[in-house]
Amino acid sequence: MSNIGFTAYLKRDLLLSYRRLGEAASPLMFFLLVSILIPLGVSPDPERLAELAPGMMWVMALLATLLSTEGLFATDHQDGSLEQMLIAPQLLALPVLGKVTAHWLVTGLPLTMVSPLIGLMLSLPPVAMVPMMASLAVGTACLSLIGAVGAALTVSLRKGGLLLSILVIPLYIPVIIFGSAAVQTAVDGFNWLGPLAILAAMLCAAIALCPLAIAGALRLVSSN
Amino acid sequence: MASNRDWTWFYRLGSPRWFYETTGRWLPWLWTLTLLLLTTGLVWGLGYAPQDAKQGNSFRIIYLHVPVSFLALAGYYLMAIAGAIGLIWKMKLSYMVMKSAAPIGAALTFLALFTGAVWGKPTWGTYWVWDARITSMLILLFLYLGVLALQYAFHSQESGNKASAILALVGTVNIPIIYKSVDWWYTLHQPATIKLTSAPSMHIDMFQPLLMMIIALYCFYALALILFTRAEILQRERKAAWVCELALQADKVAAWEAEE
Repeated sequence: MSNIGFTAYLKRDLLLSYRRLGEAASPLMFFLLVSILIPLGVSPDPERLAELAPGMMWVMALLATLLSTEGLFATDHQDGSLEQMLIAPQLLALPVLGKVTAHWLVTGLPLTMVSPLIGLMLSLPPVAMVPMMASLAVGTACLSLIGAVGAALTVSLRKGGLLLSILVIPLYIPVIIFGSAAVQTAVDGFNWLGPLAILAAMLCAAIALCPLAIAGALRLVSSN
Repeated sequence: MASNRDWTWFYRLGSPRWFYETTGRWLPWLWTLTLLLLTTGLVWGLGYAPQDAKQGNSFRIIYLHVPVSFLALAGYYLMAIAGAIGLIWKMKLSYMVMKSAAPIGAALTFLALFTGAVWGKPTWGTYWVWDARITSMLILLFLYLGVLALQYAFHSQESGNKASAILALVGTVNIPIIYKSVDWWYTLHQPATIKLTSAPSMHIDMFQPLLMMIIALYCFYALALILFTRAEILQRERKAAWVCELALQADKVAAWEAEE
């Protein structure tokens, strides 16, 4: 009973993204397309690519997530369903968490799934494939949660896109540090579970705190 | 009820007028104190403190660099606390303080980065390195700019206040995490060729002017914050009767002076 809002909003948002597949696929397309630019822009030399791949893939994943974050609450704000969520009697943090989870399932998870393919194209060493997937899976969830705070703060602004990136990128920094570190330590042949564990700890903290901040932001900001 | 009386100062803070009038009485003193400390500290530090054995005279920028960096950090917490007070007690004044703290803090952070770069060139031979502390300061600058940008993005003052207060609080939770992770990133990725923390034991003759400059910069910060907040109060309360009266009085004085 207590998670009614969570599952309802999770299902609703997943259904909505299923009906607007083109929109939902855009972060994934961005990820794939930018990965083409790197060999073209830097160098197709496998050795240099392998050196750059861990960091570059994380930067691309971060930007792809950022790209999709803006729309997290915007359409709901426009069609009025956000207000319905706000006046509902249950704790606001749970529906919010449901929406963010749906966002991750639609953006972060597909990014994680295609990352071995991109890794292969950017000649990421095979030992780093599993760490890359694990760190992306945990890390993009963090990114979705943190980005949702920014999206909630800028929801009532007409052009919140640039502002959103100014607000959110500084907060993304710990995630990208430990995310790319997990991959890099695996490439260097060390135990990569340490950085991953810290990333997971960040995710736990974010799950606990971000929904509260998002709920507060939505209540305070979208009311006028 | 003694306990009730103890809190009256806090509730009085809810009145921008009270703040405006009280700080108006403090201002001459604060100006004098700030100017006095700044001049003595600067002359002492730049002119009379002994030269550094290795860095010569170029180390003297420490007298600006260190106090400014201190306040850049402390200012963020002040801003976030002011924002939290505004959110919790719905106090107009604390939002004004928060809004005033953002540009001052951003300017101080920029100054810290700038003096650091100027210092870095003669000492390390480069303006910029991706050192843990420098990187953290750069991130702090962007956190400030975010709060500032969010404040001005809203048409309604109310929403801008609340949104930037929430952002400042989120930033506060994140600052230790960001600092720790940047620190860890630095030790992992880069060899410690340059140590910023190489002067833990400072000679007392060098330290005294530094201490004075730190106090001077704190006074300067207080002064700047009060002046910014006063301007903000007049701007936001421009329709209040007491501000109109104040403006009329100023008009009268100006007219009288013109007649003289």
